[in-house]
Amino acid sequence: MSDNKKWYSLNLGFNGNKEPKKSCGCGKTSGGCGDHNNDMSEDAFFEAAVDASIGDEVRKDGFEQVFDIKMDRRSAFKKLTASLLIGAGAVSTSCSVVAGDDSKEKAQIDWEEQFKGNYKLMTDKEKKGTVERLMRSYELRTGKNISMTSENAKEDVLFGYAFNISKCQGYMDCVNACIEENNQDRNSQMQYIRIHEMKDGNGFKFDEADDNYYHEVPAEGHFYMGTQCFHCDNPPCVEVCPVQATWREDDGLVVIDYDWCVGCRYCMAACPYDGRRFNWSKPEVPEAEINKNQHYLGNRMRKKGVMEKCTFCVQRSRKGQNPACVEACPTGARIFGNLLDPNSTIRWVLENKKVFRLKEDLGTEPKFWYFMD
Amino acid sequence: MRRLKVFRSLVIDSIDATTRGSRKYNIWMGFLTFIMLIGMYCYSIQLEHGLSVTGMTDRVSWGLYISNFTFLVGVAAAAVMLVMPTYVLKDIDFKQAVLIGEGLAVAALIMCLAFVVADMGGPSVLWHMIPGIGVFNFPNSMLTWDVIVLNGYLFLNISIPFYILFRRYQGKVPNPKVYIPGAILSVLWAVAIHLVTAFLYQGLQARPFWNNALLGPRFLASAFAAGPALIILVLAIIRSFTDFKIKDKTINKIALIVTVAAQINIIMLVSELFKEFYAPTHHSESAYYLFFGLDGKTALLPWIWTAISMNVVATVILTFKRLRENLNILYFCCFLLFVAIWIEKGFGLIVPGFIPGPYGKIVEYLPTKIEVGVTIGIWAMGAFIFTILAKTAIGIELGKIRYNKAT
Repeated sequence: MSDNKKWYSLNLGFNGNKEPKKSCGCGKTSGGCGDHNNDMSEDAFFEAAVDASIGDEVRKDGFEQVFDIKMDRRSAFKKLTASLLIGAGAVSTSCSVVAGDDSKEKAQIDWEEQFKGNYKLMTDKEKKGTVERLMRSYELRTGKNISMTSENAKEDVLFGYAFNISKCQGYMDCVNACIEENNQDRNSQMQYIRIHEMKDGNGFKFDEADDNYYHEVPAEGHFYMGTQCFHCDNPPCVEVCPVQATWREDDGLVVIDYDWCVGCRYCMAACPYDGRRFNWSKPEVPEAEINKNQHYLGNRMRKKGVMEKCTFCVQRSRKGQNPACVEACPTGARIFGNLLDPNSTIRWVLENKKVFRLKEDLGTEPKFWYFMD
Repeated sequence: MRRLKVFRSLVIDSIDATTRGSRKYNIWMGFLTFIMLIGMYCYSIQLEHGLSVTGMTDRVSWGLYISNFTFLVGVAAAAVMLVMPTYVLKDIDFKQAVLIGEGLAVAALIMCLAFVVADMGGPSVLWHMIPGIGVFNFPNSMLTWDVIVLNGYLFLNISIPFYILFRRYQGKVPNPKVYIPGAILSVLWAVAIHLVTAFLYQGLQARPFWNNALLGPRFLASAFAAGPALIILVLAIIRSFTDFKIKDKTINKIALIVTVAAQINIIMLVSELFKEFYAPTHHSESAYYLFFGLDGKTALLPWIWTAISMNVVATVILTFKRLRENLNILYFCCFLLFVAIWIEKGFGLIVPGFIPGPYGKIVEYLPTKIEVGVTIGIWAMGAFIFTILAKTAIGIELGKIRYNKAT
C-alpha cells in the first residue's frame, strides 16, 4: 500500500488498478471490519463474541447489526442501558396507540438511525437502506422530497486538484458556491474554502495574509491563494479518529460519516491544513436554500456536534461533474480531474507546470497542487 | 455467598459512615453538592445548544476541558509514587498514605473521563467507541490507547485498595501475594497513562508546539511533582481533621519526591526554552505567543509568567532541606507547585498548540462562564468522590468500620 501511495511521482497512469485486491474494502488493518477476522483472532483485544458481532455488521443492515447478533449477557446489558436512555422516547411513541402512523414511522426511523453501524463498513444494500430512511425521514418532517445517493467510488478514478495562483483574483465566488452547494451552516458562516490575500513581493507569507477581507478585489499589490481540504493520500486526520468515522475512499476523497462521528475534534487538531470544520451548534440552512441533490458522505444535512469538511463535492464529482468551486470560479484558476486519466487537464497541469504543494515536509501527500502561469 | 453478605454489610456501613459526620463535614459536602448542581445546570445548557456555548472555535478547538483532562491524568499517575515504595520496596512509611493516594487517583481518573465526555460533540453516540459494539480504531488512534490505559488504571486503582480494605473490614490481614502483582502492574501502568496522554499531542505533526520528543518525559516530571504535592496537601488536611495518624516522616519522604520531580521539571523547561528561543524557527511561534504574545495578543502572558515564577520559587525553596522540613513552608510550596503546574500543563500547553493556526492566523481563546461552570462542577465532583472514598478508607483503617458477624 505504502509504495502505491507515491503515485504522484511515477507511473501516474497505471497505479489505480495495479493494487492487489485487498480482502476488504476498508483497507485498514485495525480490524473494525469483519473481513479482518483472521488478523483479529490474534489480537487478544477482540474477544470471539466481539468478532461475531462485528462480522455480522458487514452483512446486515443497521437495524440487524444491533439486534440480530449473538451476544453474552454482559454486552446485552450494556446495549440495553445505552439504548434505553436514548430510545425510551422513540419507543413510547412507536408503541403508543394514539400516535399516528407518521409519528410511529418517524420513531422507527429515528431508532434505526440511532443504532445503525459505521457507513464505511456497510454493504451497498445497507448504504441504500440508510439513505432511504434519511430521505423518508426528511419527507415526514418537512413534507418535501430530497434525493440522496450512496454512490461508491468508481474504479480507476483518483481525484486531484490544482490551483492557479496567477489567475485567482480573490472574488470568492468559489466560497459562495461551496456554501450553497454543500448546505453549510449559515449562522456560523462556515466555509470550507479560505482565500488568503497576500502582499506582492513578500512571497507566501500566510501569517501576514488576510483570509477574511471585505473590500473590492483584486486589491492593488496583492495576490490570492485558496486553501481547503487537500484530500491527503496519507491523511493524519484519518489515523487519529478513535471510531473510524473518517476515512479515505478509493477515489482519494477523505470523507466523514456524520452519523458515526462522536465529535472529539481530534482530527481537527491533527490536520495541518485547517481543512476541517466543526458544528459548534445546530447547523441551519433556510429551507428554500437547501440543495436537495445530496450524497450520504457529502452535502446532506449535518447535526450539531459533528465534524464536516470539503469532499470535493462527492455528490457531483462521482457523477462526473466538477465540484461547485471549480464551476463557479470566473477566472479558471481551479482545475479538477481524474489523476489516473492521462488525458485529463489535471494531468496536463502536473506534467507541464512547475507545481508545488503546501507543507510537503509533513509527509501528508496532499492531492492539491499550486502552480503559476 | 458469605462474601456477598460481607460486601453488602460493607456498602451499608460505608454509606452510613459517609452520610454522617461533623458539622464541618456536612457543610463541605453540601457546598460540593451545590457546585456540582451548578455544573450540571451549565452542562444541560451545553447539551441543548451545543459546544457553541463554550469559548472554543474552529481555530482553537480544544480548551479548558481538555486542559484539565491533561493535568488530571498527571495527578492520577502520581499515586504510583506512593504505591511503589510501599508495596514493592516494602517501605512501611507510606502505608497510610498509599490508600489516600489511590483514592486520589480514582477521583482524578473519574474527573478525566468526565472532562472528556464534557468535551464531546455527541455524547449520545459515545457507544461508537466501545470495543465490540462500536468501531475501535486501535492501534492507529492514540485516543483509543488512552481509553484503554485510563480505564485499566481506574480498574487497578479501585481493585487494589478495595481488596485491602475488604480484608481489613473483616479484621483480616491482606495477603501480599494478591495485591503485590497488582501494585507492580499499576506502577508500570501509571507511567503508561501519562506517556500515552502525552503521545496524544506529541504525535501530531500539524502542531509543532506539541510535536517534540520532550513532551512525554516532561509530562511525567511535572505529574510526579504536582500529584504528590496534592497528596501532601490532602494528608495535611486529613491529619488536622481526623484521627488518622500520618507521621512527619511520611510527609517528608513525599516532599523529597516532589522536590526531585520539580527540579527535573525545571531542567526540562530550561531545555525547552533554549530550543525555542536560541534559534527561533517558524515552529517557535506558539512558544512566542505563550511567553511574549504575538501581534499584541497576550491573553496567556499573565498566566504563564505566574506559573513560571511560582514553579521556580517553589522548587528553589524545596531544594533546601531545612526549609522543606518546615511543614508550613512545605504546604505553601506544594500549593504553589500544584497551581503552577495546573496552569502550565493545562491551558498553557493545550491552547498555544492551536495558536497560531495552521496558516498563521492568531485567534485567542477565552473560556465562557458556562465552560468554567462545567469545569468547577467536575472538580467538585472529584472532591466529592474523594471525600467519600477517603472517609470510608480511614474509617476502616482506624477500625471504626468493622464487619459485625452478628448482623
